[in-house]
This record gives sequence, C-alpha cells and structure tokens, in this order.
Amino acid sequence: MSSDLSGRIVGDLVNNDIDFVTTVPCKQLAGVIEAIENHDAILHIPSNKEDEGMGLCAGAYMGGKRPCIVMQNTAIGVTVNTLVTLIQFYQIPLPMLISYRGEVGEKVACQVEMALHTKALLDQLSIPTFHFHHRDDVEELDGILKHTWMCRKPTAILTDAGFWRAA
Amino acid sequence: MIRSEILKSIVPVITDRLVICNIGLPSQELFQLDDRPSNFYMLGTMGLCSSIGLGLALAQPGKVVAIEGDGSVLTNLATLATIANNASDNFVLLIIDNGSYGSTGDQPTYAGMRTSLAKVATACGCEHVIECEAEETAGTLQDALDANRMTIIIAKCQSGNIDVPVIEMNPVLIRERFMAEVASRNSGGT
Ligand SMILES: [Mg+2]
Repeated sequence: MSSDLSGRIVGDLVNNDIDFVTTVPCKQLAGVIEAIENHDAILHIPSNKEDEGMGLCAGAYMGGKRPCIVMQNTAIGVTVNTLVTLIQFYQIPLPMLISYRGEVGEKVACQVEMALHTKALLDQLSIPTFHFHHRDDVEELDGILKHTWMCRKPTAILTDAGFWRAA
Repeated sequence: MIRSEILKSIVPVITDRLVICNIGLPSQELFQLDDRPSNFYMLGTMGLCSSIGLGLALAQPGKVVAIEGDGSVLTNLATLATIANNASDNFVLLIIDNGSYGSTGDQPTYAGMRTSLAKVATACGCEHVIECEAEETAGTLQDALDANRMTIIIAKCQSGNIDVPVIEMNPVLIRERFMAEVASRNSGGT
C-alpha cells in the first residue's frame, strides 16, 4: 500500500540528510506527511501557507539544516513571488514534493483548473520539474535530491494520482 | 521616534546577534547603521521575515532577532500561530509598529487603526508578548534576550522615513556571508 511508498520517500529524504521539513496538507500526501511527522531524524514544522513554509525553509537552511517542503500543486499559484525573490534570488536549494492534483483519476473538478497551469508556471520560472506517474518513478528521487543540492535551486517533484494509486 | 531612530537605539543590543531584517527601508537603514556578516537583509519577499527568523532559530542554537514591520506581519498573520506552536527560546520577534507601510510611502496599516498585533500574538498562543513605547525598545529587547525565552515585542512608534540608498550587495553574497558567520559561531568560533 501507499505506506510503503511513503516510507520509501521519507527514507530517501533522510538518506540525503534532509532534517527539516515543512508541510501543507493534501489528501494525497497524508501518508507521507504522517511518515515525516513520525521520523526522529526530521524536524517537522507544519505551515499555514506555502510561502510561509518557504520562509521557514530558507531560515533553516541558513542555520545549517537541509530543508524540504511538501505541498499541493495549488501552492505554485501562491508562491511565485517567494520562489523568485527568496529561493532563486538567494540561491537556496529546496526540493518541493508536490501532489499533482487534477490529473486523470481526480474527483474534484476545480483541481483540474490549477493542474492545467502547473507545468507551464514551473517552466516559466525555470524550475527543474520531475513528474512521477508510475510507481517505479520513485527510483528517481534520490538522484533528484542530490541534483537539487548540487545546483542550489528549487526543484519540483510532481506526484500524480496514478503514482499514488499504483503504490 | 521613527523606525530609523529605534534601529539606531538597538544597534548595541543586536550587533552581536543573528539578525533577520525586513525588506525595504528597515534593511537599508540597518545596512547603513551597522552592516555585519551576522545580518541577513531581505531584498524582496514581503511578509516572510518572521518565518525566516523562526526557521533559523529552530535550526541552530544562536540567538536570533527578527526585525519585522506591522505591515509585513499583517501580510503573513498566520506566522504568529506557527511561532506560538513551535516556540524557540533563542528567538525574539521585534515588530516595529509605526502603523504604516513605510517603504511604500507611509500608507496606513490596520495595525495603526483598530487591530492590535499584541492581542493577535497572544490569541495565537504566544506566551511572552510585550508592547512597548519606541523609547523602551532597546531595554525591552535586551531583557528578552537575557531571559532566554521566546518573546514577541511590538514597539510602537511614529511613521516617517529617512533617505537611505538601496542595498547593492549581491544576494548570494549576503546569504553566504551570513551562513559562514552562523557556521563559525556554531562550531565554537565567535
Ligand atoms: Mg510599518
């Protein structure tokens, strides 16, 4: 079940020394958020809004931690300014584990509206973007995290309903 | 007193602390008064000074002062709930409340009208919230740092600005200089 997948994802985070994670909930991410909360090696600070979470991550990074933010793709609409003027401008590495709502399998029509803009916005912002659709795509995560630290950029890992359903 | 006078008065208190300074005139004024590697200047991103400060305080043991504005906190009001529920005793949030958006031309904020940021902070669950007059800011801040407990200070002052140039330092240099300072302190350096 998806708890195995959540455990695998959190294991990759911890193996890459990620020790500070902020989350804004999504139904699709409930399992991974629970696994993050329960892992002793991770300081989990839930945030109210994703731009606030990116501020927390920036501060934690400057304090010597390796941050990650977990959020829904609707957050891309919320965080454009923060991504550009804080994360990119100061060259702060930040992996963003994102639930890609609004793809095939979605039950909420409104989610499709933001899904239509998600990749275009990430492309416009020149954010390296990776789309996990099949269960095996999780094999890429370790390399993506290393890539994020190497290039000191925000990176987007979009996980869609197919990825989570197949788990 | 106006904000720049408060900043001048607190320089002796914050000069050896890790400081996260708000976007716009506050950072420009602090840069002119007392530029140090232990200062992180925000060049953009309205509203996130307190969030960056909390993240820094949670990540390492050094004492952190985040210098916020009333307008900026209103932009990210939920930060006070996050701060209250993740209290870090090495963190002091100083909100310089001049009741206006100073950097954009002193348009009034709601904090200068019916809204009390001190009451909001208290309602959010912050335990040590102090509202003080501008002249009391330096002493109140020193006491908060000495007390080793997370404190939210709202310093009420008049609106008004002085002429200061923009910060031309490269943002990556600001960050790397700051991070080197944090790292050296935490490895037993300064
Ligand atoms: Mg103000």
